[in-house]
Amino acid sequence: MNNGVSTAATLPVQFSGVGVASGRVVGPVRQMPKPVQEPAAPGHGVAALPAGATAESEGLRIKDAAKSVKAELRARAETASGEGREVLEATALMAADPMLIKSAIKLLSAEADGGARTAERAVWEAGAAVAAKLTALGGYMAERATDVLDVRARIVCELRGLPAPGIPSADAPFILAAEDLAPADTATLDPAKVLALVTSSGGPQSHTAILARALGLPAVVAAPGVDEIADGTEIYVDGAAGTITVEPGDELRAAAEAWSVQASALAAFSGSNTLADGFVLPLLANVGTGADAVKAAAAGAEGVGLLRTEFCFLDRSEEPTVAEQIEAYGAVFAAFPGKKVVVRTLDAGADKPLPFLTNADEPNPALGVRGYRTDLTSPGVLARQLEAIAAAEAAHSAEVWVMAPMISTAEEAAAFASMCTAAGLKTPGVMVEVPSAALTSAHILREAAFASLGTNDLTQYAMAADRQLGPLATLNDPWQPAVLALVKLTADGASLASAATGLPKPVGVCGEAAADPALAVVLAGLGVASLSMSARALAAVAAVLATVTLAQAQELAAVALAAPSAAAARAAVRDGLPILAELGL
Amino acid sequence: MSERTATIASSVGLHARPAAIFAEAAGELDLEVTIAMEGEPADEAMDAASILTLMSLGAAHGDRVVLRAEGAGADEALDRLVQILETDHDAA
Repeated sequence: MNNGVSTAATLPVQFSGVGVASGRVVGPVRQMPKPVQEPAAPGHGVAALPAGATAESEGLRIKDAAKSVKAELRARAETASGEGREVLEATALMAADPMLIKSAIKLLSAEADGGARTAERAVWEAGAAVAAKLTALGGYMAERATDVLDVRARIVCELRGLPAPGIPSADAPFILAAEDLAPADTATLDPAKVLALVTSSGGPQSHTAILARALGLPAVVAAPGVDEIADGTEIYVDGAAGTITVEPGDELRAAAEAWSVQASALAAFSGSNTLADGFVLPLLANVGTGADAVKAAAAGAEGVGLLRTEFCFLDRSEEPTVAEQIEAYGAVFAAFPGKKVVVRTLDAGADKPLPFLTNADEPNPALGVRGYRTDLTSPGVLARQLEAIAAAEAAHSAEVWVMAPMISTAEEAAAFASMCTAAGLKTPGVMVEVPSAALTSAHILREAAFASLGTNDLTQYAMAADRQLGPLATLNDPWQPAVLALVKLTADGASLASAATGLPKPVGVCGEAAADPALAVVLAGLGVASLSMSARALAAVAAVLATVTLAQAQELAAVALAAPSAAAARAAVRDGLPILAELGL
Repeated sequence: MSERTATIASSVGLHARPAAIFAEAAGELDLEVTIAMEGEPADEAMDAASILTLMSLGAAHGDRVVLRAEGAGADEALDRLVQILETDHDAA
């Protein structure tokens, strides 16, 4: 690792990518270590042992590396508290666990099945075997398998003399640079230590982008080359423009200074959103847990537009009991007495696999059995979830709406609605994220009471572009004319269904698009009835919406719809919203 | 060969923190201590200093386990380990 502050002469001084969370900051870079590569297996030209090494000397290296990892994790445990501390202490013990180390050392011997391995390979295989054993035990033990794999990666890095995987620890706040962040990294990211996120890969809907918006951190993704900037280099990040400047001058430092003043002015939201003409457009929050919900309520959210229930299922090898689910949902309902809470039923599959629901071997998981479709292959889980939601609703005063993810047809909407009715839930709805649902919303909303546009998946499916892939970031843009047209079709279909049934058929948006203040204006103009977003984005979105009337929003929506490209739509709408530049958004 | 039987006192069983405390104590001894569920054959007993072994044993609150060790000081060491198992580390 290069810790020098100088930049190589060949390095460009400016990088550009896709800005996914606004804000301007200056700070030193810390690189996220690259994911650990699997050590080569013996044979096929790979020498079993490095020159001069013996099974004994390699065994000693393993023991020393394990001890160092144990000491490092111990030291980290000292600085943690509560449950985090206990987890780290147990993980530290696993690093030097006799069972793990003994089985790794056995693999160094020429008598081992398959011949002698290098120390790195032996640790890799021994860790895999222990993790597989734990997984086979199921339940709590299966959940510890990831800890063993984490320890294995740390020991292999130690053997190679590389920094440990995971978010680097540092005393002073830094700008985290990475190829991309995984969901697991998000748990260990300390928002007090990280000033901004910059990645060479990932798209506007990647986990990095979602995390940045949730934490209110400026972020630029899909900026090739930023994962090569030397540790310690001072950089300027503009999360609205999508630019990164190495060794910024006084002008950019002043811009960052000005942003921190604006950001504190934008921090408050009144909790009752209206357009300039008084048109009511509730702003809701996307949450996963009771703790999120408490924070969202404190940030002024007028309710919850998306409760991601899979968060209480993640890291579980078995389905949580109805009682556990009632408690988890109840904690969210309790934070919003008398307010609307839209619960999305389990959305497993694709990038959110669950061992008891999803098949890991699907060739094309984004198009596979995911979301509502898991009810086909694992009947019962959804019915029990609805039972838990109804029981939690009965114990609280929140107004509970329920929606199914990945609905594609009116038949599916009708089947889901009748399951809700059977469970005693009064307001069944659907997510519109599959283009077929947007195209047939008039039929679907005859069966369902409301719809919520999941713009992240709707964009990935409309553009046939995997949302995790950096090279496809420009396709994965909710400003794409095709996506805006699908939003309009959904809203128009809802009006038809409303006229035909005599019932209100509101369409909300709960994708990341709602958190983009300029796009929020367009969505309002397209007929969207509520917007749900990360609690952090509420204030900025409200500040911008307050400057336009419904008629102006409709005009800007027409401008966006008429634009031939995402870039043209965004530029035209931004031109019509001078407030964005004033607020630095 | 010294042998002791202990009843798991921790309400979560021999998992997480209680397992960490016990493995740590067993690892600090100069003796090889084994652990097995009561009634299991002695030759299937496993290394008591391994937290991974302890967790995979799946011993729940109230289960009885057998500790075995051989050598000087084995009796005193086992007595101390039994005490750890028979303490509820979750009670705080």
